[in-house]
Amino acid sequence: MAARMQQGGRPGGARFAQFKLVLLGESAVGKSSLVLRFVKDQFDDYRESTIGAAFLTQTIALDDQTTVKFEIWDTAGQERYKSLAPMYYRNANCAVVVYDITQASSLDKAKSWVKELQRQANENIIIALAGNKADLVAEQPDKRAVQTADAEAYARESNLLFFETSAKTAENVKELFTAIAKKLPIEQASQRGMRGPAGRPGGVDLGNRQEAGGAAGGPGGCNC
Amino acid sequence: MPDDSSADHEATQPFGVAPRTTDGSEQPEVGNKVGDGDGADGDDMEQSRELPPPPLPPRPSLHVPSSRPPASGSFRLSKRTSRPQLLSQPTTALSVADVHTQGRGENATATSSSASRAVSRKHSASHSGRFLGNSDSGGEDSASVISYAPTLDARLDGESLLGDVPAEATTPAWRALSAQIERDNPFETVPPESDVATLQIQHEFDEIGSVDAHGSNEETLLEAWKTKLKHFFILSASGKPIYSRHGDDQLISNYIGIAQTIISFYQGADDPLRGFTAGGARFVMLSKGPLNLVAVSRLGESDAQLRTQLESLYMQILSTLTLPSMEKMFSNRPSTDLRRPLQGTDVLLDGLADGFTRGSPSTLLSALECLRLRKTHRRAINDTLLRVRSPNLLYGLIVAAGRLVSVVRPKKHSLHPGDLHLIFNMLFEAGSVRAGGGENWIPLCLPGFNNTGYLYMYVSFFSTSERDGSGPHERPAATGGKDDELAIVLISAQKEGFYELRKMRDDLVEQLENNGSMDVIKSAIRKGHASCSDIVPGTVLRHFLYKSRGNVQFTMPSFEPYFHGLGHRRKLMSLYQTLHESIHSRTAHLKVQHCVGRDATALAWETPLFELYCVAGPQATRASLAQGANRIVQWIRREEERVFIIGGAVF
Ligand SMILES: Nc1nc2c(ncn2[C@@H]2O[C@H](COP(=O)(O)OP(=O)(O)OP(=O)(O)O)[C@@H](O)[C@H]2O)c(=O)[nH]1
Ligand SMILES: [Mg+2]
Repeated sequence: MAARMQQGGRPGGARFAQFKLVLLGESAVGKSSLVLRFVKDQFDDYRESTIGAAFLTQTIALDDQTTVKFEIWDTAGQERYKSLAPMYYRNANCAVVVYDITQASSLDKAKSWVKELQRQANENIIIALAGNKADLVAEQPDKRAVQTADAEAYARESNLLFFETSAKTAENVKELFTAIAKKLPIEQASQRGMRGPAGRPGGVDLGNRQEAGGAAGGPGGCNC
Repeated sequence: MPDDSSADHEATQPFGVAPRTTDGSEQPEVGNKVGDGDGADGDDMEQSRELPPPPLPPRPSLHVPSSRPPASGSFRLSKRTSRPQLLSQPTTALSVADVHTQGRGENATATSSSASRAVSRKHSASHSGRFLGNSDSGGEDSASVISYAPTLDARLDGESLLGDVPAEATTPAWRALSAQIERDNPFETVPPESDVATLQIQHEFDEIGSVDAHGSNEETLLEAWKTKLKHFFILSASGKPIYSRHGDDQLISNYIGIAQTIISFYQGADDPLRGFTAGGARFVMLSKGPLNLVAVSRLGESDAQLRTQLESLYMQILSTLTLPSMEKMFSNRPSTDLRRPLQGTDVLLDGLADGFTRGSPSTLLSALECLRLRKTHRRAINDTLLRVRSPNLLYGLIVAAGRLVSVVRPKKHSLHPGDLHLIFNMLFEAGSVRAGGGENWIPLCLPGFNNTGYLYMYVSFFSTSERDGSGPHERPAATGGKDDELAIVLISAQKEGFYELRKMRDDLVEQLENNGSMDVIKSAIRKGHASCSDIVPGTVLRHFLYKSRGNVQFTMPSFEPYFHGLGHRRKLMSLYQTLHESIHSRTAHLKVQHCVGRDATALAWETPLFELYCVAGPQATRASLAQGANRIVQWIRREEERVFIIGGAVF
């Protein structure tokens, strides 16, 4: 990418890798809220719908030695932006498909995104399914419209990471992104990053590799 | 109506051409709107949505007015936006009303019978004697509003003295003024409701809420709904609600039904209704192809002003959908529910609507405000913009707290103030982009530039309040105030241009930091507006608006200390509205208007170069007001290249 990219490992054998992540899902399920929680540790009770797409970055340390930087595309869930989505997932290494656990229809939408990603996106893309607004059912259990077990079964079947999250309480937000990071092929990416040229339009394609070996399942996540 | 965009221009061009030389607007200047969108006839704009817009053909300098009859449902920017100097020539002032009558006769033929027009005129007259000069009333009534016997003399006086920037030794405003007959109590022009309005406006933006399951709260909600000072409705030609500023569908469905019935009744009679007054509110309709837009206001705007506001809402809809795709939806299915494709854009429409309700100088004047900077500083910024410009850039803007810092643009394309208003509204009124905490990539149509296709806008915000060590990518908390924020806006026709423009932003910020420009911008933002007495020490003036017609830009001092809070601001804006209308809609060739009222005295002064509106306290004498006005003109003359962007960075 033209984006300033730190190259390769740090002194002392530390590993650094950068990955592109895209968020998809119906409008109002909480994609932007999850990102804002992850990136700024903030939450707004009233958020306006995303216009177009937002681009954010966040770096997490997996351990003393390993740093992963996410370049995040938070897309707009509204119907009229649908045709732009491929532009954002095309080069993505990982995706978070979000639904709202209080809205059954939002899971159907999530499933159709998963299908589209599996068909059109990078073949090694790592996909996580996030059932958001968990805080709402913690208060009022009858608000739940999607059972955890059902979503979990679907995720397993489709080979997705799965979390129920709350952008509001921060529940499982960090865990979600950490689990993704752990599944990403950091070794190859950081090696490649070390010699790879930056600034090529279209960017260093970090997604074009084999599944990495050293990715453990995320804490609290469904280790599929 | 594929070639609508030209219809209005046809109608107005004969009047627009001549005066242009007087204000130098032929030069490629920032706001120099005159040419671009206009030249594009519908046929030339037929193109793929994804392609970069074609270079617009040069605009013919003269048109025979009858060469093409005004088409129906024409789209255009406000006349004042696209052609401010139109109004500057006294000889055309009379025609302006005609133009409006024609241009607004969306579905009317140019030969609408005078008998039927008299009906709408009567409506208008009963509403507001003060606004008789407005477009609905044709021309001849206006003289009855105020009898300025020496109008002609005043005008001539004005022409010779005010056509140029006045010499210091004389006080042309005063002299022009002396030639006018002062009105004893012109403040009848300020709507009597304005005090009520001042109170009510505090609650204007409160949510109304939804009707509950049993409809038991409907009564209460309707009461609240009725106290709103201003409503905007958008409905489809078939009567489907598309947008309402206040109240949900269920609550207002009856009213939408009535509006639809009235509108279609008149449309059926081939004489579209443009406005009427009922219950102390002015209703103004605007019909745009498949859409009908309605404004209902108790804030005393003129019909022309309300119509400008409706035009802006319409532009916002085009900005989301583009004209061809909206037309296609309706031609495929006339009963299309446009709310679906527009979903989520109510915040943008609300932002515009609330801006109009609060009263925005920018909308009133159809002009932009710039950040005041030294000429050398501005040039350094422009040079930097040109240096880092990336190949696919169309327009680049640096915007600080709603004010333009600098612009980079191709020579052959200027920027429409109407388009910029939509962008500013999206950035600063709606929360989504600003509070998103990141960079943004936004497809949008800029209808003034080209209403048939999308452009892509890169936006990056940063705070200017504290120096953060973490570099330009950092931006303030989502809740940060909008007044200290700086936005870099880079627009391209390239759908995939994000990373290219992002790199340009990085380079730009780096260079601005290095050459000190960033600090200059930040300190200018922090300084805010100068107060009136900083600008003109010892003046009686409390506030003013100065619009440079050639640059399509305005400048003003701080609202503090006299106009603090929403209520006072609104009252001031109502006064400006009245002054504005008094010099714009009148067929008498009024150049200077002096008002004396209970709360304020005011002066409006127009020349081919500028419009100036000044407000002072109730005790201020006419002479002191005129002297203040002259000193402002002198100040502008000295500061012109600081307060306005002249030209910008052009490539
Ligand atoms: N209670 C609760 N509300 C949430 C949560 N996440 C988001 N919301 C709310 O849900 C609404 C929509 O959230 P957004 O983050 O804007 O949703 P989005 O998916 O980005 O929507 P689009 O941008 O339109 O695609 C906002 O009002 C949030 O405050 C959550 O975890 N719990
Ligand atoms: Mg969002």
